[in-house]
Order: sequence, then structure tokens, then C-alpha cells
Amino acid sequence: MTKNTLATGLIWLAAILVSGVFFWLLSDILIHGLPHLSWSFLVEAPRNAGRSGGIGSIIVSTVLILAVAMVTAAPLSLATAVLLSEFTRYDSVFGRLVRSSLDVLAGVPSIVFGLFGNAFFCIYLDLGFSILSGGLTLACMVLPILIRTAEEGLQATPNDYRLAAAALGMSRSAALVHLLLTTATPALVAGLMLGIGRAVAETAALIFTSGYVDRMPDSLFDSGRALSVHIYDLSMNVAGGDTNAYSSALVLIILLLIINSIAMNLAKQWLHRSVVTV
Amino acid sequence: MSLSRADRQLITLLRGCALLAAVIVLLILLFLVKESWPVLQHVALTRFVSDASWHPVDGLYKLTPMLSATLYSTLGAVFLAAPLGIASALFSRYYAPPFLAGCYRRLIELLAGIPSVVYGFWGLITLAPLIGRLHPPGVSLLAGILVLTLMILPTVALTADAALAAVPIAYLRGAAALGLSRWGLISGVALPAARSGIIAGIMLAAGRAIGETMAVLMVAGNVVQQPLGLFDSVRTLTSNIALEMAYATGEHRAALFVSGVALMSTVLVVVGTAELLSREPHHD
Repeated sequence: MTKNTLATGLIWLAAILVSGVFFWLLSDILIHGLPHLSWSFLVEAPRNAGRSGGIGSIIVSTVLILAVAMVTAAPLSLATAVLLSEFTRYDSVFGRLVRSSLDVLAGVPSIVFGLFGNAFFCIYLDLGFSILSGGLTLACMVLPILIRTAEEGLQATPNDYRLAAAALGMSRSAALVHLLLTTATPALVAGLMLGIGRAVAETAALIFTSGYVDRMPDSLFDSGRALSVHIYDLSMNVAGGDTNAYSSALVLIILLLIINSIAMNLAKQWLHRSVVTV
Repeated sequence: MSLSRADRQLITLLRGCALLAAVIVLLILLFLVKESWPVLQHVALTRFVSDASWHPVDGLYKLTPMLSATLYSTLGAVFLAAPLGIASALFSRYYAPPFLAGCYRRLIELLAGIPSVVYGFWGLITLAPLIGRLHPPGVSLLAGILVLTLMILPTVALTADAALAAVPIAYLRGAAALGLSRWGLISGVALPAARSGIIAGIMLAAGRAIGETMAVLMVAGNVVQQPLGLFDSVRTLTSNIALEMAYATGEHRAALFVSGVALMSTVLVVVGTAELLSREPHHD
């Protein structure tokens, strides 16, 4: 009986400790970041190495890097997911090969993606430190998440749809476009959101691919500083940059919360709907 | 089933895309090896351990300080995060009232979504000065371990929670029917039944800790030295790459890529083991 009481006490203690640290972290960033957060902070250019001014150009660079990553990774992963779930037997050699290769890709540490991106995109393909290099590196990184979520979404569409389409004499591609992809859209968007979330949070892969330059980028071949790199640089390399680093961290967290909750709601909604239609 | 011509064209296109996605891993490996070749060619692998120090510009490539920093910080973080994470999962599954359990699970999910650079920033501004008051300089192995613990705790908690959820309800009912106490039920039935899933989660978390760069880079102090105590400043393998890539050229750069290859292989072995463990069939 005493053992039971002791375990109950310890487990409550652990839960209180974890929540306590979490609220400490969050309140710390809110208290220091909120007073400085304003519309002008979001749109103004950084001045004095980021100590004053805002994060306007940094937000633009971040969005451009994300856009490059998603425009490249989304079609590629959708095609791969469609092949794996609709046109390949689960135990075929090709399917297994692609799947295990993606499992390996999912385990690669982000700094290694940074090394690869630097060697391949920046130097071998001669793109230099640019938004394009950074975006393409992130595209490689989010590929496994996008493919896995899209594959799960497609596999969860009721098999009756495929059978009905075949009975009506629809070609496989027509069934895919008109039925399966349309039904799976919320799941696909949810996966896309998860990928964007992962890409927004990434820092290590970007330092040596998209670079540090905090000017407003003129084209995709310019170097651009992502929000996460901005936080890193302000806190590590710029004395007196803490206030702006706090506000940038707050912006990043809010952004991620929005993205993640959209993804979660879409996934839940879709799960609910697919149960109802079957 | 016979396929129309359009279908066959579509499949060819899709295969091309899938092949491209699958080839990226090989491309990464190829370029890591290609870039590290200048050093691998004429420097024996043992010199990464036996050299006098890490002065890559002078051709000295001792990586052991970084290797031990990575090892200690990962072990420390796993040592702290594993009990806390498992306790978190047990809390939300068996102890908390339903409303609180839902809130707590949300909180852990939020914790999992916070980017590593924010953890690092918070650790640098808040945690390191606190440790510094105890024992300067503050940016230390201990700070690295604590921040890493926070980062991998959600991984342990969420995988343990999923493993516990997969324990057949009949086991739990049987245990309850035998009149076991709550802790008796958990330690005698639920945890053993969920063991392989929980261990896989811990391995996965360890893989994340080894590969994590930003959080450790910002709080661990980055001095190249063999760590002797928790309050020593250390530099991990990942931080070393992040710090020196900016100016490394020639063989120095190649040496950094060698440490990248080492990092990637270690993480893959750890994550691969986790994968094998979680595939092991456990319940009937």
C-alpha cells in the first residue's frame, strides 16, 4: 500500500514539474517578448544588426524559403505517396526500397542536411548562399513527413470508392483525381501544414545554405535570413539583441501554434468525416 | 487488372518521382563521402582518436572531446527524460482525471512543437545564468543536458503513451479483477506489456538528442575540452560542425564532413534499432 501511495505521489510530482517548467518557459518568453511586439516590429527592417527595428525582411525571407521548400516537396511527395499507396503492392521490392530509404531520410540529423545542402546546392549546383539553396535543403528534410502523411491519408479513403470507380469503368487516373485525392484533401493539407511547421522550426540546416544576410531579398538567388536563424544570431552573436530575440521567438511560437492547430483540426475533422461516410 | 495508356503513363511519371525521393538519401551519403574524401584519403581513422588535439588547420584531428560531450549530454538527457517521460505518460493515462489528462496531453504536444532554437535561447538567457550562480560559467554540460531533456521529453512521453494505449484492455481488467493496486497493475502488467514500445521511444529520443544542434550549441559553452564535470563547458559534435563550417576550408572542411558522416551513421544505428524494436510483435 505504501508503495502504491509513493508511486502516486512521484507521478503527480513529475507531472507538476514538467508543467511547471513549461509554464516557466512560456511565461518568460511572453513577459519579455510581448511588450515589444507590435505591427511596426513585424513590418520594419532590422537596424543595427537587429538590435533595433523589426523583422520585416526576415519574415519575407522565411516565407520565401518555405515557399521554395513546399513548392518542390509537395508535388514530389504527393506523387510518391500516390505510387506507394495506389499503384504498388505493400510487399513489392520497389515499394519496400522507397519506404526504407525514406525511413533513413527521416532519421538524418538536421545539421547533416545543412552539410549536404552546402556541398550540393550551394557549391556543386553553384546556387551559393541563397533562399533557393535553403528552401531546397528543407524540401529534402520534410519529404519523409509529407510522404508518410499523404500515404496515410490515401490509405484511409474507403476501398468502396476504388471498387465503385472501377465498376463504372473509370480509369485509375480519373478515379485518383476525381475521387481519392478529393476525399483525402484535408489529410493532405494537414500533412502539408505539419511539414511547414517542421520547416519553420528548422535552424541548423539553414545556417550554411540560406545564410545570414538580413537585407530584404531581391530574388531567390539572394541570401536571406530565416526567423529561427535570426533568433540564434541575435542571442549568440549580437550583444544587446535579447529584447528583439524574445519578440522574434514569440512570433515564431505563435506562428507554429497556428500552423499546428490548423493541421490538427483538419486531421480530426477528416477522421470524423471518413468514419461517417463509410 | 489491365491499365489504360494514360494510366501507364501516369505510373511511369509517379515511379520517376518516387525514385527521385528515394535517391536523395544516396545523394546525401555520396556528397558527405565526397567532401570528406580529402581527409579520409591520407588520414587514418584512428587519428581522429589518437591525435594530440583538435587543431584541424595544423592537421590535428582529435575528435574525442566532442565525441564524449555528445555521449555525456545524450546519456544525461536520456537518464532524466526517460523517467519523467514515462511518468508523464502514466499520469495522463492512469492517474489524472479525464479533463486534466486531456490538458496535460495537449501541453506535451505543445512542448513537442516548440523549435529547438527557442529552447536554446531560453536556456541561454534563463537557465545558464541560474547555473552560473551555482558554479560559473553557467554555459555548461549541465545546461546542455537540461535543455536536451526538455526537448526529448515529449518524444518519450508521446511514444510511451501510445505504447500504453496499445496494451489490450483484457490484461488491465484481469489485473483489476485480481485486486491489484493501481501501482501493482502498472508495474506488473501495463509497463511490461508496453515495454518494447517504450524502449523504442527512448531510443528514438536518444537519436534526437545526438543529432540536436541548436539547443546544445547555445547553452553548452562550446569549449573544446574533455568534460570532467557537469559544470564544464563542452562542445558537441554537432556544435563543432555548426561553429566551424562558417570559415573551414580544405582539409579542415573535410574533417567536419567526416564528423558529419560519423554523426549520421550513429543516429541511423540508434533509430534503426528503435525501428526494429517497435516492429517486434508484442501483443496477441
